[in-house]
Formats: sequence, structure tokens, C-alpha cells
Amino acid sequence: MALSAQQIPRWFNSVKLGIFINAAQLTKCFPRPGKTLLHGFSVQSQMSSNNYFLQWGFKTYRTSSLWNTSQSTNLSRQENNSTQSTLLPSVNERLQKTQKISNFDSELSLEELDDLPPLSPLQPISEEEAVQIIAGPPLPPVSFTLRDYVDHSETLRKLVLLDPPMKTATGIKNFFQPEDSYWVAYLQSKNFSKTDIAQMVRNAPFLLSFSVERLDNRLGFFQKELELSVKKTRELVVRLPRLLTGSLEPVKENMKVYRLELGFKRNEIQHMITRIPKMLTANKRKLTETFDYVHNVMSIPHHIIVKFPQVFNTRLFKIKERHLFLTYLGRAQYDPAKPNYISLDKLVSVPDEIFCEDIAKASVQDFEKFLKTL
Amino acid sequence: MGSAGLARLHGLFAAYKPPGLKWMHLRDTVELQLLKGLNAGRRPSPEQRVRFLLSPTEGSEEKALTLVATSVPTLTNHPLVRGPAFTSLKVGVGHRLDAQASGVLVLGVGHGRSLLTDMYDAHLTKDYTVRGLLGKATDDFCEDGRLVEKTTYDHVTREKLDRILAVIQGSHQKALVMYSNVDLKTQEAYEMAMRGLIRPMNKSPMLITGIRCLHFAPPEFLLEVQCMHETQKQLRKLVHEIGLELKTTAVCSQVRRTRDGFFTLDDALLRTQWDLHSIQDAIRAAAPRVAAELEKNLSPGLDTQQLPSAGRPWDSQGPSSALGLEGCTGH
Repeated sequence: MALSAQQIPRWFNSVKLGIFINAAQLTKCFPRPGKTLLHGFSVQSQMSSNNYFLQWGFKTYRTSSLWNTSQSTNLSRQENNSTQSTLLPSVNERLQKTQKISNFDSELSLEELDDLPPLSPLQPISEEEAVQIIAGPPLPPVSFTLRDYVDHSETLRKLVLLDPPMKTATGIKNFFQPEDSYWVAYLQSKNFSKTDIAQMVRNAPFLLSFSVERLDNRLGFFQKELELSVKKTRELVVRLPRLLTGSLEPVKENMKVYRLELGFKRNEIQHMITRIPKMLTANKRKLTETFDYVHNVMSIPHHIIVKFPQVFNTRLFKIKERHLFLTYLGRAQYDPAKPNYISLDKLVSVPDEIFCEDIAKASVQDFEKFLKTL
Repeated sequence: MGSAGLARLHGLFAAYKPPGLKWMHLRDTVELQLLKGLNAGRRPSPEQRVRFLLSPTEGSEEKALTLVATSVPTLTNHPLVRGPAFTSLKVGVGHRLDAQASGVLVLGVGHGRSLLTDMYDAHLTKDYTVRGLLGKATDDFCEDGRLVEKTTYDHVTREKLDRILAVIQGSHQKALVMYSNVDLKTQEAYEMAMRGLIRPMNKSPMLITGIRCLHFAPPEFLLEVQCMHETQKQLRKLVHEIGLELKTTAVCSQVRRTRDGFFTLDDALLRTQWDLHSIQDAIRAAAPRVAAELEKNLSPGLDTQQLPSAGRPWDSQGPSSALGLEGCTGH
């Protein structure tokens, strides 16, 4: 303040009249130069409470004086018109634009402002309007949570509460009307049912941003690469819509891993994928580790693994722990031709209690004791 | 739910680390599970916010001019807006276990982490079971390392092994007295020995206080080792050296910690039990024992009675450790 107070008289000599936009007008985003045509110094002192506006006002003051000396009045008036007609979206832009506002004579600007609606702070307003003014604290310009804004924005509130309407296809259609409906129509033309589409969008919302061509490409890729029938491709995509939105490279890579590294045949891979689509996006390293343990340690041949692709969907430590426990009990018998056969499916998919009771024929306490000897 | 659940989490508990899992990974898993449990508490009921709205009733003239305080639902406490209540938790790990080793791993949560320091300062012994395999030698003493040489082991008998174990125990016993800085000819040393407390109270090389063979079936043998200031690598090397003493070679196939200070195998939580409620129960069950044992072990002199009783266990550290130092430096 002290700085500006010193400098203001110096500028004041060169400029007779300055145009300033005070803080109240800024919040309305509607610069109204004509009404607040005041001497620079008085405005400066009015705005002394807010440091930011003070600096800004001072800057305007200086630029306006420069404009005064260099630019013609006509040009500046045109520029001023453009700023009045547009809403100023942010503070930065406001700064830029206000720098362009030059000072000009008061009668000229007053003429122009006649067609604008009178909204001066000094204007008397009716009781009805007054009662509707809510003088709350201003919204923070920057925040790291939604908390500050969620009660003031209807869009945000809708987005937060978005979950329930997304449960049905009609809900989706209602929410993304009308430009997205062609998207739903495309999928419906491919015989996807409404519930399927709803499920897909819920699991992979990125689908909504896909163009129809891209979607078509991807569906084609899966049909061609995996050599699946139309119906099976549809089932696959409905069960794991992530396949459509994600990168295709890992899928190609996993296909190679199954065929070359793990030695499965094409039809075997197809069979496993239709059972467990997640196998296509699984981590390559984990897949090979699991296969290595199941095939080499538990010595289970390929044709049995193909029947139980769930093993690739299980954590390796679970398989390991259970296999070791069964080996310890002498029950690790994975050959379907022999008695006391234990299927891989049961080994990996049942919870601990059922596993102990039905398969290992031991108590859970024994299993826990055994785990503590590993 | 959240803060109350957190208040019951300060303390020590033990987890059973399975082989092949890094301790860092275990710690992160436990933290994740605890956070999940803390955040899963019941949601706060939707909050109401008071706003002044135009009254909807009455005639058209007056209604606009009266403001009525009405409460409208607000979303500021919605979980999607606010995010999870807990995002990180301080979990500390006690004496480490390397990736291949398994067994009791002590973890401290919140204020309990300072108890880990106390546990370290108490220099308690730990129990291990070590499984060895005769006839092979590898570069890193593990079973799955690169094979260096193969030997025969037909000449090895249980007696020969026991003899060598006795020699090892004897030499370590001597080192134990040396590093514990206590003159054996004093009354104080006698009283400490009566209470079983003669041990080094600062850094030392690995010291074995007891070793015996549990099971001998060549090529396999199973040892029980009681030791302090060890690393799992040193235990594997011990197996290797036993093999050389037996005029053959040996690799270590398993290192498993069955006791860490006062936490035994029975206290250790398995992977399925790493959740909020089991851990809270374990911490509550262990708390009195931890306080009593730490107080006993941090004061090697006679002055246990003069110590302030540990109301909150993490407060008892200061005076007792100072006294511990005096006991050591007095000689």
C-alpha cells in the first residue's frame, strides 16, 4: 500500500481519468466501466483491504496511462466492447483483458452503456430480490477435495450419486442422451442385450468414449485372433469388457506365452479362455510361475490343466500351501483314473474350512499348525 | 469405528512370515489390511445442512419475504466426496527375516513401534529350527543355489554330529561371557546368572546360546538353535561349517524362526488372520506380557523394584535403558 501510495501521484499527473473495475464487479464477471468511472486514487484507497485487487488495480492504472499516450480512443473503445460482451472465465484472463481496457472520456462510455441492464451496486432493488441474495463465503479457487464444491454444483452432485441409474441400460441411455445412444444402438445391433450393455459399461466406463469404428475393430480383433465364433466373442467381451478398452499388446503377448512357452494347443487355449477370460490379461510372469509349479512340481499334464483353467486365476501360494499339506498327509493324488482323486478345481476354489474338511479330511487347526512349519 | 479401532491398535503383535515373501511386502500387506478394516467401519449417516429458503406456504405476497431455516441433505460427508478416512498407518518391523526364511516376525503399530526399539535393546535370544541336507555344497549355502560340489556322507553318524554341536556351543558360551562384559567372580554376576540374564547388552557377532539336533536321518538333519545377534545368512553358513567339520558338505534347506524374544509360534498370525480384528485381539493379548517382559529384561541389575511400574508400556523405556547402561559400564 505504501508503495502504491507513493507512486500514484506520479501517475496521476499524466492521466486525468482512469477506469477501474472494482472488486464487486469482478465477482459478477461483468465489467461495467461507465458506472464506476472514478479517479484512480479514490478507487485505490477503497480497495486497500484486498491486496490482490490492489495490485491488479495498480497494474490497470499503469497500463491505462500507457494506452492513453499511444493508442487512439476509437480502437480502445472497440476492444472494450468485446470485453463487455463476453463473460470472463478466470482471474488470469480477466487480468489480460483488463489490461487492454484503456481509459476514454466518460460521456462516450456512458452513451454506450445505456443498452446494458442497470445493475449498479447503488441501484435500489426490490425486497423480493434482496431476500434471495445469499452472502456466503466465496468458493475457494483451488481445492484438493470435492467437499468445497459438491453442495454448490448440481453436476457434481449428479456425478457423485451416479451409481444407481447406471444399473440399467435405460439408465445409461437417460444419462448419456442423446449423442451416445448410437453407441448403445451399435451394440444392440450386434445382439448384445440391454443388461449386458449395462454390465459392460459399469465394468469398463471408458467404453463410452469409444467410437463405433474403434469398437468394431476391437471386436474383430478378438474374433480373428482367438478364432472364436460370434456368440463366444460376445460372451467373452461381456464377461470382461476390460479387454475392449485395454491395450491389445498384453493380450497378443499372453497368447504367445500360452502357445509357445507353456505349450498349449490352439483349441485348448480357446477352451480355457472362454472359461476364464481373465487369463488374457493376467501377468505373464505369474502365469509362467503358476504353470511351472502345477506342471513340474505337482506333475499335472496339460490335458488336465486345460480342464481346470481356474488354477491360473489363483494365487500361487494358495496352490503351494494346499499341495504341500496334501503331500504331507499323503493325499496328493491328482490322477482322475485312481481312487481318492482330487480335482484341481476343488483344490483351488473352495475356502479353507471346506478344503480341510472335505479334501484333506483334517481339522483347520491342523492345517494352521502345518502352515506354521513351512 | 475408525478412531476407536485405531486406539486399540497401538502395540506389538507377531505374524508368521511364509517363505518366499519379503518382510517389506508382508509389512505392506498388513498395513493394507488394517487400513481396509479401519475404513470399512460403518458409514456416517448423511449429514444435514441448514439453509435459509423462501417459505413455500402462505399467500403469494408474504411468502417471498420470509426465510425459513430448513435442513437439506448435504454430500460433503459422502464417501465418494470425502475419500477414505485412513490412508496410511505406521507399521514397524522388528528383527528382520530374509526372503527365504520363514517364521515369527514381530510387527509394531503406532506407538507400539517404540516398543520395537525396547525389544532390540533387551537383546533377547531367538529360537530357530534349521534344516540341513548333507552331501551338497552351493555358493550361497541355500538348497537352490549354484552347486559347487557333491560329497559322500555315509560316514556321518548322530554321535559325530552331536559332538560337533557340543563343541560349537562350548566355544560360543565362552564368547558370550566375553562379550557380556561381566566379571564372573562377582556377586552381581552370580545373581544375574541365577536369573539367566548374562548376555551382551550391545552389538556383538552372532552368539549361539544353545544348539541341539532334533532329528537325524541322513542326508537330512534338523537342528534347533538358540541364538542372538544373528542373521539368517549366518545360520546357513553355520550349517555349511557343520558339514565341513563332519568331513562332508551340507546345505541349508530351511531356516524357520520359532521364537523371537517373548513371541512364540503360537502367538504368530497366519496370512488368513492378517485382518483388523485378529490383529487387535493379538495386540490386546500380548500387551501385558510385553510390558512385563520388557521391564524385566531391560533392568539387568537388582533394582527392578525401584523402577516405576509401566502403566503405559512405551513410557518405561527411558529410565530402564539408562539403568541397563549403568549395569554394563560399571565393570
